[in-house]
Amino acid sequence: MDLRAEVRHFIAENFLLTSGPIDLADAESLTSRGILDSTGALELVAHLEARYGIAVTDEELHPDNLDSVERIAAFIERKRA
Amino acid sequence: MCGIAGALITEGARTRPDLDRMIRTLRHRGPDGYRVLDLPGCGLAHARLSIIDLATGAQPIANEDETLWTVLNGEIFNYLELREELEALGHRFRTRSDTEVIVHAYEAFGDRFVERLVGQFAIGLWDERRRRLVLARDRVGIRPLFFARTQGWLLFASEVKAILAVAPELAHLDDRGLAQVFTFWGTVGERTVFAGVRSLPAGHRLVAEGTQERLQQYWDWRFPETTNSAATSLEEAAEQVRALLADAVRLQLRADVPVGAYLSGGLDSSGIAALAKQQTRRLRTFSVTFDEAEYDESEFQHRMVEALGVEHSAIRCSESDIGQVFPALIWHTETPILRTAPAPLLWLAKHVHDSGFKVVLTGEGADEVFGGYDLFKEGKIRRFWAKQPNSAWRPLLFSRLYPYLARSPVAHRHFARTFFGQRLEEVDHPFYAHLTRWTTTRGLFKLLSPDWLAQLSRAAPEADLERLLPPAFSRWNALARDQYVEVKTLLEGYLLCSQGDRVALAHSVEGRVPFLDHRLIEFVNGLDPRFKLRGLREKRLLRRALVNDLPASILGRVKQPYRAPDSRCFFRNGEPLPYVRELLSATNVRRSGYFRAEGVERLLEKCRDGRALGAGDNMAFVGVVSTLLLHEQFLSGRITETSPVNA
Repeated sequence: MDLRAEVRHFIAENFLLTSGPIDLADAESLTSRGILDSTGALELVAHLEARYGIAVTDEELHPDNLDSVERIAAFIERKRA
Repeated sequence: MCGIAGALITEGARTRPDLDRMIRTLRHRGPDGYRVLDLPGCGLAHARLSIIDLATGAQPIANEDETLWTVLNGEIFNYLELREELEALGHRFRTRSDTEVIVHAYEAFGDRFVERLVGQFAIGLWDERRRRLVLARDRVGIRPLFFARTQGWLLFASEVKAILAVAPELAHLDDRGLAQVFTFWGTVGERTVFAGVRSLPAGHRLVAEGTQERLQQYWDWRFPETTNSAATSLEEAAEQVRALLADAVRLQLRADVPVGAYLSGGLDSSGIAALAKQQTRRLRTFSVTFDEAEYDESEFQHRMVEALGVEHSAIRCSESDIGQVFPALIWHTETPILRTAPAPLLWLAKHVHDSGFKVVLTGEGADEVFGGYDLFKEGKIRRFWAKQPNSAWRPLLFSRLYPYLARSPVAHRHFARTFFGQRLEEVDHPFYAHLTRWTTTRGLFKLLSPDWLAQLSRAAPEADLERLLPPAFSRWNALARDQYVEVKTLLEGYLLCSQGDRVALAHSVEGRVPFLDHRLIEFVNGLDPRFKLRGLREKRLLRRALVNDLPASILGRVKQPYRAPDSRCFFRNGEPLPYVRELLSATNVRRSGYFRAEGVERLLEKCRDGRALGAGDNMAFVGVVSTLLLHEQFLSGRITETSPVNA
C-alpha cells in the first residue's frame, strides 16, 4: 500500500469509523470536511509517531502538515528522509 | 411540583382506566397522592408532590360553581398577590393553594390569565361551559408539557411516557427530531423525538375546542434593536439586578416545606445560595463532587459553605456511578443525549430526596441571561477576526477560551486558527457563533445506517430553527442573537429538561431557577451588551450585582461549566459494562436499525482503548448508547407504569 493509501485507510477507520471506500479527495481539507479538529490532530499525531517511528514537534502540529491526505503523506516522507 | 395528564375527547369514548394508566407512569413526579377527574368530554389527572397547602391543595381544583377545572405542574410564585387581587374582584377561594388562583384568574382575565402568572408551570384547564381545553406552559420552559392527537383524543402529559402508555401507536422515533438532537443536543419548538408527540413550546398556550386548536405565543426572549448605553450606568443596572434577583429568590422560597439549594461552587449557584441565606434562617445546600480534578469543584464549594455558614452535604460521583445509572437516566430524559452530565444530577436528586427535601434552588439560567458561556466569546473573537482576516494577532485570542478543558480545541494555535476560521466571513449568518459547534456534534451522522442517514440528511434542523426566529432577530446585536439561539437550543432543549426537570423529578425533587424569573430576564435583555460581556470578561453585570454578597475568590472565578466524564463511564477494567456490550452488539445494532454495526464496533473499540480523545467521538458514543436505550425502553414493548430500570 502506498503512503497515501495508508493514510486514507487510517482516516477511514479512525475518524470515519468504516473499512469501506470513503468519499475524500487527497487534497481535500480534513478540517473543512469536519473530520479533523485539534483533538483529532492529536489522535493523528499519536498514530504517525507509533506507525512511522517519527517524532512530531509542537511547531509541526500545523494544518500545513496535517490537513489533507497528501499533506500528511508528504509530511511523513519529509520526516523519514 | 407534580405530574399532570389528561385527555380531551373529540370522538368516541374514553375509559377511566386510561387516565389511571397515564398518571401512574408519572408516580416519580408526585408520590404524595393521585386524583383523576372524569368529566363528560375531558379527563384530568394529577400526581401530587405536596409543597404548598399540604392540607387542602389536592388537584384537580375547580372554581366556585365547578365549571372550570385545572391541574398544575409547578408553582405560581405570586399566588398570594394574585389571590388578593382576585378576592377584591369578588372571587371566593376554598383552599390556600397556588393552583386555585388559575381558575379564578382565567375567569377574570380570559386566556391572557397566563400573562399574570410569575412562576414555572405547566397547566391543563378545562372550561366545561365552552367545551374548551387550555394548555399553558411557563415563559422559559422550566416545566414540560407534551400533547398528541390520536384515537379521537387530544392527550397531554408532563412526560411522553404517559401518552405512550395509552397510545403505543405513537412510539416511533422521528427523523427530524433525531436530526435536531444530533445537531443542537435537543429538539426545538414543538418537535420531540417521538413522531406525533408534540411539545408545547415555552411561553405558549394551546386552546383546543374539539378538533380545532390555536397555538399562541404569549412571551419570548426579546432584545432591543438599539441600546442607549448612557441611559443606565453599570452601577444602577447592578443595583436593579440585585433587587430583582433578591425578589425572585424571596418568591421562590415560598413553600410549606423546607427549601434547599444546589451549590456548585461557581458564581451562579453561590449567588443564589447567598441571597437565599440572607432571607431564611437556615439553609441546607447540596453538591456533587468528582474524583477527577478536571470536573471537580469541591474546593470552591467548601469556601462557600464556610462563608455562608450553611448546613451542607455532597455526594461523590465516580465514572462507574454514571455508567450504572445511565439506563435509568434515559427512562427519564425520554430523548437521546450526547453528554453524561445529567447522570450525576440524577444521583444528587436522590440524595436530596433521601435527606427529606422536596425543593431546591439552582443557579441555572445565569449564563444565558448574563452572557456567561465561552461560546459567546468565541463568536465575539470570530467576528473581530473576520474584520481583519489576515491578522496574525486576532486569532491568538482563542487561546483565552476553554481554560477548563483538558483537551481544548484551542490548545494548538495553528489548528485553532483553521478550525475557528471556517466560514469566518459569514458574519451575518444567524447561527454564526454556533456553526462550528454543531458541525462537531453532527459527527454522529457518520454512524447512521444508510436508511437513517438518508432520512436525517433530508431533515434540515438549521432551517427548522430559522423558522422559529422572531422578525427582529437580525436587527439585534450579535451577543443578543447568540443568546437567543443558545436559549432556544441548549437551554430549552437540553438544560431545563434532560439536565433539569427530568433528573430532579425522577426523585420527586422540584428545582427552582431564580435567574429565569421573567422580570429579571426582561430587564437584563434591555441593557447594553457590554454590561454582560466586556472584552472577554463574562457576566460583568452579575459580578457587580453580587459584589457585597460573595467572597472575592468566588466573584473572580472564571466560568467553569458543569461537566462530567463521558465515554469512559461505560467501561470497567477495559471492558464495556454488560448492558453496553449487549446494547452495542452487532445483532442489536442491526435489529434496531439506526446505526451501522461496523461503525459502532469501531467506536466502541476506540473508546475502550482510550483513543477517543475528542468531544466528537465522546458525544457520538453517548448518543449511540442513549438512542439504543431509548429504543429498548420505549419502542420495544408496552410502556409500563413504573420505570423498568432502577435509578
